[in-house]
Amino acid sequence: MALLFLPALARMAVCGGTHGNELSGVYVVQEMERQRKEKGEGVWPIPVTTVLSNPRAVKECRRYIDTDMNRCFSRDTLSSPVTDSSPYEVRRAQELNNLLGLKGSTDSTDMICDLHNTTSNMGLTLILCTSSDWVTLHICKYLQTKITKVPVRVLVLDFPISDAYNLESVSKHGFTLEVGPQPHGVVRADIYIIMKEAVDLTIDWIHKFNSGTVFEGGDVEAFKFIKSVDYPRDPETRTLTAAIHPQLQDRDFCLLKRGDPLFFTFSGETVKYEEEETLHPFFINEAAYYEKGIAFHLAKKLTLTIPTVQVQKD
Amino acid sequence: MSSRTNISCLQEAARVAIFGGTHGNEMSGITLVNMWIQNSAEIERNGLLIKPFISNPRAVEKCSRYIDTDLNRAFTPENLSAPDVEGLPYEVQRAKEINRMFGPKGSADAYDVIFDLHNTTSNMGSTLILESSTDLFNLQMVHYIKKAMAPHTCSVLLNEHPQLKYSTTRSVAKHPVGLEVGPQPQGVLRSNVFESMRTILKHALDFIELFNSGVTFPPCTVDVFRVQERMDYPRDTNGNITAMVHPHLQDCDWEPLNRGDPMFLTFDGRTVLYEGANTVYPTFINEAAYYEKQQAFMTTGREILAANAIRKACK
Repeated sequence: MALLFLPALARMAVCGGTHGNELSGVYVVQEMERQRKEKGEGVWPIPVTTVLSNPRAVKECRRYIDTDMNRCFSRDTLSSPVTDSSPYEVRRAQELNNLLGLKGSTDSTDMICDLHNTTSNMGLTLILCTSSDWVTLHICKYLQTKITKVPVRVLVLDFPISDAYNLESVSKHGFTLEVGPQPHGVVRADIYIIMKEAVDLTIDWIHKFNSGTVFEGGDVEAFKFIKSVDYPRDPETRTLTAAIHPQLQDRDFCLLKRGDPLFFTFSGETVKYEEEETLHPFFINEAAYYEKGIAFHLAKKLTLTIPTVQVQKD
Repeated sequence: MSSRTNISCLQEAARVAIFGGTHGNEMSGITLVNMWIQNSAEIERNGLLIKPFISNPRAVEKCSRYIDTDLNRAFTPENLSAPDVEGLPYEVQRAKEINRMFGPKGSADAYDVIFDLHNTTSNMGSTLILESSTDLFNLQMVHYIKKAMAPHTCSVLLNEHPQLKYSTTRSVAKHPVGLEVGPQPQGVLRSNVFESMRTILKHALDFIELFNSGVTFPPCTVDVFRVQERMDYPRDTNGNITAMVHPHLQDCDWEPLNRGDPMFLTFDGRTVLYEGANTVYPTFINEAAYYEKQQAFMTTGREILAANAIRKACK
């Protein structure tokens, strides 16, 4: 297979608390900062910046104060004029862009790893904006081989980088580490351990890559976001009239075929999946998505082929 | 009061309330009560006034546990007798209003039964919470519910602890009953949890209807877990937690915890063991709302309570 030379990753940022009630990332960042204090800057083999993205939301253990921080990193929002009365998260996003960016410039951090939790049973899901960032996809492949406690899946959103509005779009490479199921406001030891292991392995990969290791290419199975499905709602009041069906609940990334149950109404009926195309549901029953009108998302499974890579020597 | 044949004659339970949304992000109760406010057919029973009620509407609107202070701790004598002044925390105002509508707490005019519907992030399954070991009506009712729900388990938690007992919303009624079903994340509606809570209430209302119709319920015993102690997380000098519930304890509500068993795991990987002398039965393990109340879990002890036969008192 052809070998692709790519630049080294000089600096990585690990961000926790982008949503203030998603606690694994908050405590992973806290623990990393404690380790840095105890053992000095050499505690990791590469330079790592640790960031608590939304400290006010973390303090109040809420997803956000004024607006969802993970939608504040579009070019428009980052360049909009801000005052003291602007939404807190917009002001903070601009601060983070100065710290880790500037988005789109050659000075931006090489890699952002944004730590999130979900109430959905998604195991470890690596969320990427694009399906053609070989560095990030190699990290995904590496995590898939090394982590065996839970399923490790790759989810690509595939929106154009110019439209991206999430935190990891600020750096040259970025991805979200989403681990669940965990209630918001709770830190579960098993989930924390998985998150910590994934961060440590990411640092490990970058160090190996920077040191010259050749990473063989190959196929990576991934899921590509297609669309969202809302709950059945009362047409007038918009209140829910059903819950996720018990046979769909906790079955993120399963195969959904025509006729499979989706929702169980409060009056005892089953609402079924009516479409022809077999798709894979995920973010099934995520607490934060009720207000966004999302019961679950649907994805198509695909295979991405990634080249063999090695760090380019100066 | 007992008759010669040892049957306790109790007053008819004429007025019953079902509270949802005491905590605005505990979705089963909120959904059930809103449904029943729209259409009460399912909860109607002969001769019984049943009022479904959203106790903390502003918190429900915001999908947060509370606005200013926890409503389910707000029914203290001080709060209930506080004068109506500006600047009272929202939940204190609300407590006074609820006390007016369904109480006054401790008086003969209070509602007979209040069911307060809650969810927990802990793996407690279906739990009925009692505040008194001598309320025969409640003991007989939970016995009835447990039998009706079998083989689905209903645990009974008794909080009669002088310091740890708290002034609940339901305590306004003569017979307060807490329904706690989990695990369910805050802000999430899980179908199985919703349906369990719905079924528990169905059996509870059936019991009350039977009782009011004159049925005698024979003497019974009820296995309960009695609250003993609150266990906090290990914390640093700034009050931040330094460890998590250990994976071996996580989700093990109601299972025995013995001396030497793992209890917490620090963020840097050390295990903290349970050092208590006696076997305890932990519950409310890793409840989201209790981090700020300094509680990682509660310890309980197993006990068997006995209840006399009961029958509605003849007028």
